[in-house]
Amino acid sequence: MSYLNDLYQEIILDHNKRPRNFGELKDANRRADGYNPLCGDKLTVYLHMDGDLVRDVSFQGSGCAISTASASLMTEALKGKTRAQVEELFNGFHSLVTGATSGDDSSQIDLGKLAAFHGVSEFPIRVKCATLAWHTMQAALENKEQAVSTE
Amino acid sequence: MKASRDVVSSRPDLFTGALNVSRIRDDFPILKRKVHGKPLIYLDNAATAQKPQQVVDALVRFYSEYNSNIHRGVHLLSSEATEAFEEARAKVKRFVNAREISEIIFVRGATEAINLVAQSYGRQHVRAGDEIVISAMEHHSNIVPWQILCEEKGARLRVVPINDRGEFLMEEYEKLLNSRTRLVSVAHVSNALGSILPVAEIIDAAHRRNVPVLIDGAQAAPHMRLDVQLLDCDFYALSGHKLFGPTGVGILYGKWDLLDEMPPYQGGGDMISSVTFERTIYNTLPFKFEAGTPHIAGGIGLGAAIDYLNGVGLENIAAYEQELLGYATDSLSAIPRVRIIGTAREKASLVSFTVDGVHPHDIGTVLDQEGIAIRTGHHCAQPVMDRFRIPATARASFAFYNTREEIGALLRGVHKVIELFN
Repeated sequence: MSYLNDLYQEIILDHNKRPRNFGELKDANRRADGYNPLCGDKLTVYLHMDGDLVRDVSFQGSGCAISTASASLMTEALKGKTRAQVEELFNGFHSLVTGATSGDDSSQIDLGKLAAFHGVSEFPIRVKCATLAWHTMQAALENKEQAVSTE
Repeated sequence: MKASRDVVSSRPDLFTGALNVSRIRDDFPILKRKVHGKPLIYLDNAATAQKPQQVVDALVRFYSEYNSNIHRGVHLLSSEATEAFEEARAKVKRFVNAREISEIIFVRGATEAINLVAQSYGRQHVRAGDEIVISAMEHHSNIVPWQILCEEKGARLRVVPINDRGEFLMEEYEKLLNSRTRLVSVAHVSNALGSILPVAEIIDAAHRRNVPVLIDGAQAAPHMRLDVQLLDCDFYALSGHKLFGPTGVGILYGKWDLLDEMPPYQGGGDMISSVTFERTIYNTLPFKFEAGTPHIAGGIGLGAAIDYLNGVGLENIAAYEQELLGYATDSLSAIPRVRIIGTAREKASLVSFTVDGVHPHDIGTVLDQEGIAIRTGHHCAQPVMDRFRIPATARASFAFYNTREEIGALLRGVHKVIELFN
């Protein structure tokens, strides 16, 4: 059960149940769709960029607890960040969930609540769930037309 | 295998009817494995079945004692390999009760069997404006080959709808059949829902209009006795690995007259009787459709799997699995928040289900930590998921080595899921 509790931390279960910043962003100027064909997770990320700054961000879609909570916590983490900071967070998050770094590594950037996803690294098959929203957000930033797929 | 029915089990709880499940489990080495520190409970048999030691031994024996190519060498090893491979073909012939041994074609799996018919029979007979009929509960492997063909020919794919229980709608099917219908291709058992399709009636209705029928039997063959002559199907597709045999080998059964008139599917060695740069004369059946070196060990392994199944007895397997299905269905549907997807009156031993508020992927991860292997996702049947307006299901599929105790563990696992995501 311990790995399981590591994966499904309280904060992840909470954001799965009550996702924050959920729904279409009316004044979005960027958006992208993401899809995980393996499990059918689908989501859309909306961004309102003000120059280099993420003014607002939201998401909409359906997926497993890991992908939903990841999208929800991502939106909280990104508000008010610059593109460079967003990039840095994504890199840090990616290293965390793939097990490239441990969550408490002090040399790394502060991931805040996102550190809750450290348990994902024990479940390699779930890494795609955790990163789907992030890849989709990146596509939105780059204004990609094509939907992001994990495969 | 005869011994399995004679030996009295030391665990009477596992001695069910004519099956000595405890003894059978001893034949499957993988069932002794631990997963996350717990005994493996393998309930993903519809994806692929586990292999008895007898099948593993047949593979090892081939590669360590008489590995060589077939149908061409004059040396002893080649003749032994040819004999074993052709004996396996004869076993398949008896297993499906084909009329002729030359009606049994070795392919890579059910997917290739269907593609073979689509590309050979289909390209020969289907023209612009023609129609091919499938059902709404097909695996992608019985959808996409027909879409490719229809696109090439300007033909149309017609889909027989299902009801909310996941049952094939016979009346709707009859309405779809018409003078433009060139082929009907349906599953014998739905991989996502478990429904057993009324294939005898489906074939009958098509034959009344002189339309041939392909049955995708990938999910049926492990669970019931087959008789292609009694069914009178024109083609039947099988996968070896779902039948407790190796991966990478499967069977296309086809009626001799149809196969004989069909053009080759692939060109190469073994499928010819003479080649010059001006003209090639194709080999006779079944070799016309077996270009290149086949999966020799796989074919021999499939033969060993069929021997094993015959020893256990398909009727015994069917009866025991129906008990497991009944128990799993009753106990899962008694859990609030669990919804069973696919409640056809005639079902093979699998249960697709959802838990309200929990994504199947999360169910799968929690159960995996309990050592329980199930399949989660769309099961390569996205149209079925769309029909039930769900993104995915969790699917527990049973074989004759599974037990009531294992289903009990599944139930405890589902309760754990509900507790975690309350």
